[in-house]
Amino acid sequence: MAKGLFTFSGGVHPPHRKHYTEDIKVEPCRVPDIVVIPMQQHIGAPCEPLVKPGDTVKVGQKIGEPKGFVSAPVHSSVSGVVKSIEMYNSPGGGKVLSVIIQNDGSDTRVEPDIPLNIDLLSPAQLKKIVLEAGIVGMGGAAFPTHVKLSPPADKKIDTVILNGAECEPYLTSDYRLMVESPEQIISGLKIIMKILGVSSGIIGIEDNKPKALQSVKAAAAGEQNIKVVSLRTKYPQGAEKQLIYALTKRMVPSGGLPMDIGVVVNNVGTAAAIHKAVDLGEPLYQRIVTVSGSAVKEPKNLLVRIGTTFRDVIDFCGGLVEEPAKVISGGPMMGIAQHTLDVPVVKGTSGILVLTKKEAELPEPSACIRCGRCVEVCPINLMPLQLSNAALKGILEEAEALHAMDCIECGSCSFICPAKRPLVHSIKMVKKEITARRKRSASS
Amino acid sequence: MSMLTVTSAPHIRSKDSVSRIMLDVVLALLPAGIFSVYLYGTRALLTIILGVASAVLTEALIQKLTKKPVTIYDLSAVVTGLLLAYNLPPSAPWWLPVIGSAIAIALVKHVFGGLGNNFMNPALAARAILLAAWPVQMTSWIIPNTESISSATADAVSSATPLAILKGAEGVLPSLKDAIIGNIGGTIGEVSAVALLLGAAYLLYRKVITWHIPAAYITTTFVLVTLLGGRGLETGIYHIFAGGLILGAFYMATDYSSSPITVKGKLIMGIGCGILTAVIRLYGGYPEGVSYSILLMNVAAPLIDKYTMPRVFGEVKQHA
Repeated sequence: MAKGLFTFSGGVHPPHRKHYTEDIKVEPCRVPDIVVIPMQQHIGAPCEPLVKPGDTVKVGQKIGEPKGFVSAPVHSSVSGVVKSIEMYNSPGGGKVLSVIIQNDGSDTRVEPDIPLNIDLLSPAQLKKIVLEAGIVGMGGAAFPTHVKLSPPADKKIDTVILNGAECEPYLTSDYRLMVESPEQIISGLKIIMKILGVSSGIIGIEDNKPKALQSVKAAAAGEQNIKVVSLRTKYPQGAEKQLIYALTKRMVPSGGLPMDIGVVVNNVGTAAAIHKAVDLGEPLYQRIVTVSGSAVKEPKNLLVRIGTTFRDVIDFCGGLVEEPAKVISGGPMMGIAQHTLDVPVVKGTSGILVLTKKEAELPEPSACIRCGRCVEVCPINLMPLQLSNAALKGILEEAEALHAMDCIECGSCSFICPAKRPLVHSIKMVKKEITARRKRSASS
Repeated sequence: MSMLTVTSAPHIRSKDSVSRIMLDVVLALLPAGIFSVYLYGTRALLTIILGVASAVLTEALIQKLTKKPVTIYDLSAVVTGLLLAYNLPPSAPWWLPVIGSAIAIALVKHVFGGLGNNFMNPALAARAILLAAWPVQMTSWIIPNTESISSATADAVSSATPLAILKGAEGVLPSLKDAIIGNIGGTIGEVSAVALLLGAAYLLYRKVITWHIPAAYITTTFVLVTLLGGRGLETGIYHIFAGGLILGAFYMATDYSSSPITVKGKLIMGIGCGILTAVIRLYGGYPEGVSYSILLMNVAAPLIDKYTMPRVFGEVKQHA
């Protein structure tokens, strides 16, 4: 291991660009007059609305009931009246059934139901609270957390890892949380460990965030079962498999899950949300969002109510200094480009980036020169150039044989490619085709 | 508000570019070229210029004729032209680099699909064709210092290269110091080991090439020639510095499109080149063997890649 630090093989070093917001304290974003709350903000089955137009709702009231185990309930982030329920733009692309609520400005909350003695709660009771609070992975993937906390009986979990790597450029929401409220993270981690019956907790933080390391270490002082570990700064250090490998030297088997090797990984933001749900009785109706990029007048870290549109968030940051060329939900390496500012912040929105024309400019692709840089940087040891070739030719068998399905879509290959080829893009496409074909053959 | 651009991630890219990589190769090759011009005079310079010009013009012409975008600014044709010229003797007639570069670009590169698709090193394949077609012009060497260095010298005195002398040709073996600095007979590019190594260090520093192919190549040749060459260590050292080994190992065998991509594959490529070079030099008809060794291994590269694919992260070991 280079420099004696914990890391993985492969990876790239994109510019950090965190200076815009890293020293700016989290402040609450203005609560808008209208919020748009999608019924699907997570991986899995969408929710069914529990309200209808004209209904009055309070802050924290459950308005979406999950349909299925892999799903998470949705809560109102304002108090007011349901205006309509309609299909609305979603930051994940396409349109999603959403509850649109007119804010009455009174911010009336549902009386939180805080148990008298939290220490006496059983793991099952704690897990119920996590489920009811609608908590999902807050690093961006938005996988329902209660599912992660329910490993099958034959999977013995021995380690809980909290992801504080925040390896995406620009983003500083996890960083500010770690610097400002480390006790929330530790409290959440202890709840997760209790639910899983695990006695080892590890928090991994990249070494380009010394203040966060210091702050979380201080908060974890005296906790015998919790280790705070400095990770080498490299993208994608926060990718689940790479993070687990860096911290435990265990490899998630190809096609498997972390629980197969006894590990559960959660984002530091998710841990804080679990703390708030259990200790404060607060469901997940707001989150920290980094608003950055050179087109934003005052880049900020904001505590944003779910359902606030990107437009309202950007307005709160003083608006735009220049015509934006690209708006991204998430970070620049894996985030999703938006076609409009009229999309709501959802549970998985870690950042809103507004890039100027100069920042957003992408060079034209040219012929592959077979330099092999993509192979060198792939954290999964794939051969992106050959995979991409197979994908572009539409030869699914070959792409599958080249382990297309193992791709974690981190984008390191496309980032490094000197010919600027759409490597990860073509691999994502072929993965979709392979999945579709597998489904077809399974159903026929 | 104007239209927002929607593309798939990643939304930022590294500063690397194809033309920057090619420029690095050109820069790395400069010291050897400058040394050669100093040693052999304007004749060497003319050969280099003609080689590069012919390569670039051929590429532009083919792309115009086939109505494809002209990509001469990526500098890849410049690299091919340079390498071709570096593989010619300083006494080469003017038409040799012109024809050679045209063959390299037209026949070896573009017939197979252009940049990144050639399965052989274009400059080397062209050199092999030139050697078969014009063996006399391709093997007339000038010994520095015994020759008045001037482009006016029409007929170069033919002499044997150190490797030919080692193989039994008539001539006096130059001192090892002369062989390393480049005060010997040879092609334009290969004469100065010092200048080539300087450029190679730059390429390694810039991460344009990795150490695997050159290190495996040179080590294998050195060990085999030392063990089997008859004169022990001395033979081994001459074989590294006196011929085309350094030029071949660092600048030709590392050609992206005709060498393996995997780390294991690169080592196999280097070792294979090393074995072939030693065998050709010691037991074959030619004093040199670098070009043919690399060309043979070029052909094997896709197969090597296929069988050296790295194990995917988390892939379960297959038990036979």
